[in-house]
Amino acid sequence: MSYMKKPQFYNPDLPKNELGLTIRDYEGSLSTLCAGCGHDSISSGIMQACFELSISPHTVAKISGIGCSSKTPTYYLGNAHGFNSVHGRMPSVATGANVANRDLTYIGMSGDGDTASIGLGQFVHVIRRQLNMLYVVANNGTYGLTKGQNSATLDKGSKPKKGPDNPWDSIDLVTTAIQMGATFVARSFSGDKQQLVPLIKAAVAHKGFAFIDCISPCVTFNNHAGSTKSYDYVREHNAVMNRMDFIPLQDEITTEYAAGTSSQVSLHDGSVMHLQKLAEDYDPRDKITALDNLQRHNADGKVLTGLLYVDPDASDTHDVLATSKTPLRELKEKDLCPGAEVLSSINASFS
Amino acid sequence: MNTITAVNEFVIRFANVNGTGSASANMLFAKSLFRMGIPVSPRNMFPSNIQGLPTWYDVRVSEKGYMGRRGENVDMVVAMNPQSFERDVKSLAPGGFLFYDSTKYIDTGKYRSDIQWIGVPLMEICQREYQNPRQRQLFKNIIYVGALAALLEMDFDVIKDLIASQFKAKQKLIPPNIHALELGYDYASKNFDCPLSIKVKAADLNKDKILIDGNTASAIGAVYSGATVASWYPITPSTSLVEAFEKFAERFRIDKETGEKKFAIIQAEDELSAMGMVIGASWNGARAFTATSGPGVSLMTEFLGLAYFAEIPVVLFDVQRGGPSTGMPTRTQQSDILSCAYASHGDSKQVLLFPSDPKDAFDIAADAFDYANRLQTPVIVMLDLELGMNDWISDELEWDDKREYDQGKVLNAEQLDKLERYGRYLDVDGDGITYRTYPGTHPEKGAFFTRGTSRDEYAVYSELGEDYVHNVDRLTRKFATAAELLPKPVIYKAKASAVCGVVYVGTTALVQDEMTDLLEQDGIYVDAMKIRAFPFHSDVKKFINKHQKVFVIDINRDAQLRTLLINEEDFDPAKLLSIRHYDGMPVTAVTIVEQMKSALGISDNSNAEKRA
Ligand SMILES: Cc1ncc(C[n+]2csc(CCOP(=O)(O)OP(=O)(O)O)c2C)c(N)n1
Ligand code: SF4
Ligand SMILES: [Mg+2]
Repeated sequence: MSYMKKPQFYNPDLPKNELGLTIRDYEGSLSTLCAGCGHDSISSGIMQACFELSISPHTVAKISGIGCSSKTPTYYLGNAHGFNSVHGRMPSVATGANVANRDLTYIGMSGDGDTASIGLGQFVHVIRRQLNMLYVVANNGTYGLTKGQNSATLDKGSKPKKGPDNPWDSIDLVTTAIQMGATFVARSFSGDKQQLVPLIKAAVAHKGFAFIDCISPCVTFNNHAGSTKSYDYVREHNAVMNRMDFIPLQDEITTEYAAGTSSQVSLHDGSVMHLQKLAEDYDPRDKITALDNLQRHNADGKVLTGLLYVDPDASDTHDVLATSKTPLRELKEKDLCPGAEVLSSINASFS
Repeated sequence: MNTITAVNEFVIRFANVNGTGSASANMLFAKSLFRMGIPVSPRNMFPSNIQGLPTWYDVRVSEKGYMGRRGENVDMVVAMNPQSFERDVKSLAPGGFLFYDSTKYIDTGKYRSDIQWIGVPLMEICQREYQNPRQRQLFKNIIYVGALAALLEMDFDVIKDLIASQFKAKQKLIPPNIHALELGYDYASKNFDCPLSIKVKAADLNKDKILIDGNTASAIGAVYSGATVASWYPITPSTSLVEAFEKFAERFRIDKETGEKKFAIIQAEDELSAMGMVIGASWNGARAFTATSGPGVSLMTEFLGLAYFAEIPVVLFDVQRGGPSTGMPTRTQQSDILSCAYASHGDSKQVLLFPSDPKDAFDIAADAFDYANRLQTPVIVMLDLELGMNDWISDELEWDDKREYDQGKVLNAEQLDKLERYGRYLDVDGDGITYRTYPGTHPEKGAFFTRGTSRDEYAVYSELGEDYVHNVDRLTRKFATAAELLPKPVIYKAKASAVCGVVYVGTTALVQDEMTDLLEQDGIYVDAMKIRAFPFHSDVKKFINKHQKVFVIDINRDAQLRTLLINEEDFDPAKLLSIRHYDGMPVTAVTIVEQMKSALGISDNSNAEKRA
């Protein structure tokens, strides 16, 4: 696609959110990804979710690594600062940013190469630190930007477009995330907006580390019959675990769901996640069930999607570090500098 | 036999086993001399190991104020380590004093007869006095300090006071420690002719001075300068810098009522992550830093390139050591000059600052945050192990309460409202430094995308060669601004007019007085210049141009400082004579002077006439 400027049409009929903004206010610059790339659907999912949550775009910080997926933050929330950092290191940049200012919403965008290979170390450590952020992996099983090499999430035996079948075991990111202590773990599919948007909304509202592994086929290098990350494959093998409706704090909580088929999860801010259970006795608050379920579906060659695990009472890095409620970056000389008098007593202790 | 005679001018070496608690006893000794008003420079030589290996602690006592390492030979050895005994005996100058534990018989004649042997039955005294083996070990150290007090005629009250202040929080430990001191003192007084012919004498030379190491001073500088985010990965010799930051932050930055911390320290999973966090925090408007050593710098290098190009302030303390891994890491060098100056891929270059003593380290640490923010680029503070981990006599630290933190060119919402169009990389002032905004500043204006890829003045992605060139040429202009903003070199004129100059950075300053005195004794006069920052200030060039020959002192094998000078300023390489020292021990004045003289073609015993 060419680098043309996005046309700006003003449509007075577009619905407005609580801030009086329309979905157009959540857009970024025109995508330069391949037409049909799954990543673009994730971008629009993020726009939709932020719009529906009435988040002012400039209160979001978008941070990414390197890859086609990591380019996407330019394509949404144009009024938010973005940081396309270095390959595999988005988590550390996000950690520093979040520690400096706890008041913004942090969306980290990454790819499967960015997260499961070069960035695996930072991925698990940002989870351990319970950073309050939404971490999205646009998972296509390949290195899109470097033209189609196998990634570490590509299933064993998968047939790449060229070359032999993938001989290596794959890394399952949602399993890893749960094991490392992530407190919100979901998997979705870029082609399934109905599932993805509520998940993103719930993830953004979640306090603590929220992870969405979003299967996002690469139409150029990895969307053919032999690939387990292709549109067709995922559509055929998708086992949706739960349908979810996310109700932000401001809305009245409705009881649309018949008792017995739904489960409500209240989040720290009072908002409610409404899960429509397909699997009868699935409780997303139970880690062991979640892992067990994942293993069983994996063994059956099924891709389990939905909210896999959540701890609604999670804490975050700032709780652990006991940092001040005022963002660190707002602190001034009077808060930070002990002053000349104290320095003379420090001097005295060294004399 | 010749016996060394010296008052306030000697070196004493403590040879101990790592992990036996000797460090605090040795520190007690050095600090007592400091409190007696005598210039001292203690130096630790320790292995990359936690317990069981030899360590040495050299204390140079010098009323003349020579605080650099004197050399291999010492005047007295306190030989507490059987493992290194032979080597320690050898390290003594003829006529020197060997203090040892005489509990077990040692055939002293077997070793050397040209030295004085001073045997004190330390273990025997401990066996008699203490039941518990741990106590025996610890008090043995205090007993030898007591004995030295008598032998060297130290002020006993000063030592007692120090013990009292050391155990202020554990009062009940004071009497047994003082008792141990007295045991040593009494034994030495009764059995030897005290004082020896080397001894100390109270002076008044440490007025308004403190005894502090460079890592601690830097950490206090970071606290004062408002650093709120520290992220790091442990590595000797930088670890104590972050630990000191934590200690002082815990003391001064916790809200008494709420318990909230006005700082965050994160031990990262590696140095890449440590640097990433600093970049993220600085991008978001906090003052952030990390500390590491050479291997960590290597890991941070990709990120340093990003920060340079994306123009993000970073403060990095590099406490240099010998490379690459175990073996030399507990030894000092200045061997990261080039890897830091040119850290990263592509067209990148970094700002370096070179503190030369603890007060300077404090000032430079505090200033580094202002420079990084003003210049919107990484600033690497180049310490070394010699400065970072040894106690130095230093001027007191000073702070002006009127000082405000300089966050550089940052636009707020009102300022953005007044702008027609904001350009993140638009050079409106002509100094190469552009205006940034913090995330979350304004609902519609000022947001931009930070990236390592090329972009135009409005932060819009661009692959045009001309945009790239325009941008990196501005960064060159910014570097020229930096050169004049950063600290100027300090120039020390020789007593007589000199055609030669000598140039160095950092801790080499410690040997400067001794070096110039030694040269003067031979009638050689040189002007000296201590470079404090890179990019080089224009005065650096002036100094070098003014002298016919300039010695460049490098504490590394490949003359990195000299290379940097030649590369950046186009000096004639023939004019810059290289002096190099890189065995991991702090450089001595003698080493430098010998190399200078040989470069000038002056043999050691000739003197006078030849004026350089
Ligand atoms: C240190 C480093 N090594 C290699 C690269 C080259 N590189 C750029 S993107 C990429 C892989 C991206 O894969 P993924 O994260 O899955 O993103 P996708 O393009 O598939 O969305 C690689 C290897 C780089 N930018 N930096
Ligand atoms: S190469 Fe693949 S991942 Fe990259 S933009 Fe094209 S379709 Fe998307
Ligand atoms: Mg990929």
